[in-house]
Amino acid sequence: MANITYIESSGQTTTISLNDGWSLMQGATANGIDGIVGECGGSCACATCHCYVDEARLGELPAPSAGELDMLENVAAERRPNSRLACQIKATAALEGLIVHLPEMQE
Amino acid sequence: MTADDTVLVIGAGQAGVQTAEALRTLGFAGGITILGDEVHAPYHRPPLSKAWLAGEMDAAQLTMRSADVLARKNITLRSGVTVSFIDRAAKTVRLADGSSLPYTGLVLATGATPRSLTLPGASAQGVLALRSRDHALGIAEHMAHCLDQQLGVVVIGGGFIGLEVAATARKKGLAVTVLEAAPRLLGRVLAPVLSDWYAALHRSHGVELVFNAQIAALEVDVAGAVSGVRLADGAVISAGLVVVGIGVSANDQLAAAAGLECDRGMVVDACGRSSDESIVAAGDCTARRLTDGSLLRLESVQNATEQGKSAAAALMGQERPFTATPWFWSDQYDKKLQMAGLSMGADSWAVRGDMAGDINVASFSVFHYRQGRLIAADSVNAGKDHLAVRKLLDAQVSPTPAQLADSSCELAALIKK
Repeated sequence: MANITYIESSGQTTTISLNDGWSLMQGATANGIDGIVGECGGSCACATCHCYVDEARLGELPAPSAGELDMLENVAAERRPNSRLACQIKATAALEGLIVHLPEMQE
Repeated sequence: MTADDTVLVIGAGQAGVQTAEALRTLGFAGGITILGDEVHAPYHRPPLSKAWLAGEMDAAQLTMRSADVLARKNITLRSGVTVSFIDRAAKTVRLADGSSLPYTGLVLATGATPRSLTLPGASAQGVLALRSRDHALGIAEHMAHCLDQQLGVVVIGGGFIGLEVAATARKKGLAVTVLEAAPRLLGRVLAPVLSDWYAALHRSHGVELVFNAQIAALEVDVAGAVSGVRLADGAVISAGLVVVGIGVSANDQLAAAAGLECDRGMVVDACGRSSDESIVAAGDCTARRLTDGSLLRLESVQNATEQGKSAAAALMGQERPFTATPWFWSDQYDKKLQMAGLSMGADSWAVRGDMAGDINVASFSVFHYRQGRLIAADSVNAGKDHLAVRKLLDAQVSPTPAQLADSSCELAALIKK
């Protein structure tokens, strides 16, 4: 389990306790965090769950797959070095306290 | 609409939830009630044939919105409720329990129902379609039973649902046969060259494919469970599970009974409006009237969400036509197929990437042209191509086949020109 903090572009901040195996996208959509759309339900097919991961902890995450990198090339908001797709980041105890910022737009 | 108005949304799937939430985003302050016929809170359907069926996620992870989350947006969710009639004159909706609910705005997001087989034995235990969570649970249970008893799985229909189920069943180690009535897989949506590629993919994973299959009957054992599929030539393929994926029918019965125009779906305009200004519709239940008068039926997540946003805007008196390029996707094995645009009527094709090489490391796109104009693209493990071509199609840019086939030519750069 891990507590993940989502900070939306409006500044709205929500912390959610995610069970192991849940993706950051699943946690956000199931809890009504509007800054994540997750249109495809977490299949890495739509690039609407773009998030910016706390840079200091970026290295703790498993590296993005080729498919995720492909989708990140065309996200709606600015792509940054810490851009990830929330559907591809699965909660584990190691992610406790992770902060992700959400972009202004997803589509 | 004002805070005194009440919107009823019939259907708690992607389209219904999207419409309700979009109404709030647009500032609607009146009442919103979603009526769902399933007992579950709104959930994501796409994983049902893929990650969920493969056992890679649990049911809670399918959640799209819980009732609590909807309540925070002042949206009431009533689950397990069946609507029996729409009284347009009285502006009420009658429920199966006899009660009535008034509306000032009504959203039909009733989805679609899998077509069933009309063959002897089709109602036997173990003959299942896949649409809902409960359907998927039934298929998962039967797959476990088949694994345990070393029984095979037969999939009827080589469309997306059938092939995704076949891929998942292979992942689990089940013997799988796909029966397709047509001479190729995914014939309604893919170019022949890609149908052949998908056939090779499934065969490489050990799926038995039967084309031009004519089914005589389903074989049923003494306990009433399916035991196999008998073909017209007498051959029997034994199976402990038969998954039927032969398409869906739009749930337009309520609309039709209410006198709204229906033609294999409730007819709406690009903004999701019906002929009744109080009633809009979104998602799989609709047939969209295009500017040339023809009707377009799409069954996709994007169609549900985009029409939902359009329908919400229409109720608020705003024009928000859904004109974006349609897109779809399908996950089979480790291959992600992403489709942009509608390829019907294509007369020539261009390929980008290596389609002929090793299937295991394939990454390519097939671009569809009609009369020299780019109309669609299908990308396999090439998400970058997919997102770029959606932008090309949205911008009505049509690069030459040579440009698209040249993998050193940046697609994103073509958009800016």
